[in-house]
Amino acid sequence: MAKHETPMLDQLESGPWPSFVSDLKQQAEVRAKNEANIEFQIPRDVVEDLLGVLELSYDHGRTHWKHGGIVGVFGYGGGVIGRYCDQPEQFPGVAHFHTMRVNQPGGKFYKAEYLKQLCDLWDFRGSGITNMHGSTGDIIFLGTTTPQLEEIFYEMTHKLNQDLGGSGSNLRTPADCVGQARCEFACYDTQDLCYDLTMEYQDELHRPAFPYKFKFKFDGCPNCCVASIARSDLSFIGTWRDDIKIDQEAVAAYIGGEIPPNAGAHSGRDWGPFDIQKEVIDNCPTECMWMEDGKLKIDNKECNRCMHCINVMPRALHIGDDRGVTILAGAKAPILDGAQMGSLIVPFMKAEPPYTEIKEKVIEPIWDWWMEEGKNRERLGELMKRQGLQKMLDVLGFEADPRMVQEPRHNPYIFWKEEEVPGGFKRDINEFRKYHQR
Amino acid sequence: MAFISSGYNPDKPMEDRITDIGPRKYDEFYPPVIAKNKGQWLYHEYLRPGVLVHVAKSGDEVYTVRCGGARLMSTTHIREICEIAEKHCDGYLRFTTRNNIEFMVDSKEKVEPLIKDLEGRKFDGGSFKFPIGGTGAGVSNIVHTQGWIHCHTPATDASGPVKAVMDELFTDFQSHRLPAHVRVSLACCLNMCGAVHCSDIAILGYHRKPPMIDHEYLDKMCEIPLAIAACPTAAIRPAKVELPNGKKVNSVAIKEERCMFCGNCYTMCPSLPLADTEGDGIVIMAGGKVSNRISPPKFSKVVVAFIPNEPPRWPKTVEVIKKMIEVYAADARKYERLGEWAERIGWERFFEKCELEFTHHLIDDFRDPAYYTWRQTTQFKF
Repeated sequence: MAKHETPMLDQLESGPWPSFVSDLKQQAEVRAKNEANIEFQIPRDVVEDLLGVLELSYDHGRTHWKHGGIVGVFGYGGGVIGRYCDQPEQFPGVAHFHTMRVNQPGGKFYKAEYLKQLCDLWDFRGSGITNMHGSTGDIIFLGTTTPQLEEIFYEMTHKLNQDLGGSGSNLRTPADCVGQARCEFACYDTQDLCYDLTMEYQDELHRPAFPYKFKFKFDGCPNCCVASIARSDLSFIGTWRDDIKIDQEAVAAYIGGEIPPNAGAHSGRDWGPFDIQKEVIDNCPTECMWMEDGKLKIDNKECNRCMHCINVMPRALHIGDDRGVTILAGAKAPILDGAQMGSLIVPFMKAEPPYTEIKEKVIEPIWDWWMEEGKNRERLGELMKRQGLQKMLDVLGFEADPRMVQEPRHNPYIFWKEEEVPGGFKRDINEFRKYHQR
Repeated sequence: MAFISSGYNPDKPMEDRITDIGPRKYDEFYPPVIAKNKGQWLYHEYLRPGVLVHVAKSGDEVYTVRCGGARLMSTTHIREICEIAEKHCDGYLRFTTRNNIEFMVDSKEKVEPLIKDLEGRKFDGGSFKFPIGGTGAGVSNIVHTQGWIHCHTPATDASGPVKAVMDELFTDFQSHRLPAHVRVSLACCLNMCGAVHCSDIAILGYHRKPPMIDHEYLDKMCEIPLAIAACPTAAIRPAKVELPNGKKVNSVAIKEERCMFCGNCYTMCPSLPLADTEGDGIVIMAGGKVSNRISPPKFSKVVVAFIPNEPPRWPKTVEVIKKMIEVYAADARKYERLGEWAERIGWERFFEKCELEFTHHLIDDFRDPAYYTWRQTTQFKF
């Protein structure tokens, strides 16, 4: 017999998609039976109370969580988010129900042995409910009490060699795509750069010193599977400068229908025979491709590396060999001034260990500027808007490049600097008046 | 429930303290075939929806079976994932950015037994535990936020609407019939932890009533200057208020017509709650993308200003999304993303075809970016 009736939630058990309600119920049962004889450090019926409070929200159409409260682990300013229920008498198991963010491994690769260790810790000292994963990328532990926070941190660092992730006005836990580990499109080692920067900037990740949150994300190619261009203050997107490599035999095999286009991604419908002209050449945004004597030709100088042709014919076309990253800055969700996409600040930079140029020429000067000039709760993209892209280039010491803009400015209101104008701004009015009467 | 110490000494928090060690290193968890062929992959192919093969220059292959999952997940479920990984994949697995679970094996013979095993596992309530799909020109898993299960500012639930929508889109999770992939995302308030602003289809929780003011407690529970500073539209100002008992207290006043319902003030000050049964609901956005493929990344546009919350299964939200996908599936060209299709046919035609009403709420009036969305040409369609 369930502790709380959940008639609304019960309706989310049917249907084919995995039901979180069924999962929560099985978890409640496992805790109730406790066949593993765990000495639970938070209430055993925590999941039943979680179902109960969620049912109440379904009934009211309103959340029953209060926010915040300063909780955390000693010496860190992030990684723990305080959470309290606003109906603690009715649902005592979740009266205190804090979140912990656990820094996920790169590419979200796991070994079962390690995941089970995390589960053991979380069953013992928390609710056993997680997010795999949170929006930023962390493993999220949902629900524990204040006295358990230090204990969990201690066990995590001592036994699991594992640290917390970021929250608050910190460097947030960086996240990457599967990258070179299992993708032929990856133009640099996303996991290595992600790990290297995460380790280099542990202090920034754990101890809030920034005006607001700051996110790094790493996409191996312009397909942007981790959406870095839309949701990270600094977005590192793999690219190349030389030629797309063409295997003409494979091109012929696509044309001949021997290999399914787009790796078989359109197998669910009869789109007719593959038409390289219509599907690849005519879809090329720069019109830099054509067929000549049965061979596919690319004017690589004109290619903007949109990935379409490579996506359609992955066995015939391969990324170039002179690889690196394009860096965009300032992406964020709409609060406040509307959503911002990342703006291009570095067209190309090599991305090879120890990544000194990325750190010293890009990241650190940007942080210095933002920490000096950024207002409280102002994201990098907002500072860029307020002070201008030119200011940012100034700070970085980068030359302006037409690749950084969609088009030149629409107005001539140029803020000329004194040193740019011959003779400067100081002039003699009396000298002027010799030739121009008052 | 006796307290068991981990060894941590609260009187000496710095004793034996380990900090700043970061995450586990990625390559500790690579399956051997991945470790061996990293950076040497040649091409990939979808063998069927949800099943991929990647072929390396060495000739090695890795087969991946991708499964959907609720990102809200219990340790019981994770242990089952581990059991599957140990049985079929030498204990290795990974998750994708869109909360899918990927099981990888290094030879073709291992694929069918794995698929069979995954397909046979169901929750007691009847839903699949590990539905295979989420690849190619279909609908992948919905990325989403916490909602009513764990957040203080949501205007809708997250896991519930996701379950309801994915039940309806399930066949498209498991097939490749669409013109291109469709990415659906959900954020439960406009702060958008889920960054849904560049999705083909976005489900966004939205409040429509300004905060209530708990005058009696406000000055005791909040730093008034912080609450004022938290407001992005400067709608909050300090105010002296006389309580019904005649007592004068420091509090705030809110210019209601300036409120954009973000809840930032509530985050700073618990005495300004804004959740409301009738006020809260869902905004539907469409036509965004993050890929640079063919056309540049695009923001999603608001196509439905408001749908009331309808727990437990949000039928109107589900219906609107299903309709958009069906019209897109029938009308768009191969490789065309939803937003590219809408731009090609024109948004006026999009509203007509999707049978969505265009109301004044859909014309942007928020600061500078608004102007760039108005039509500045005579080119339009009747």
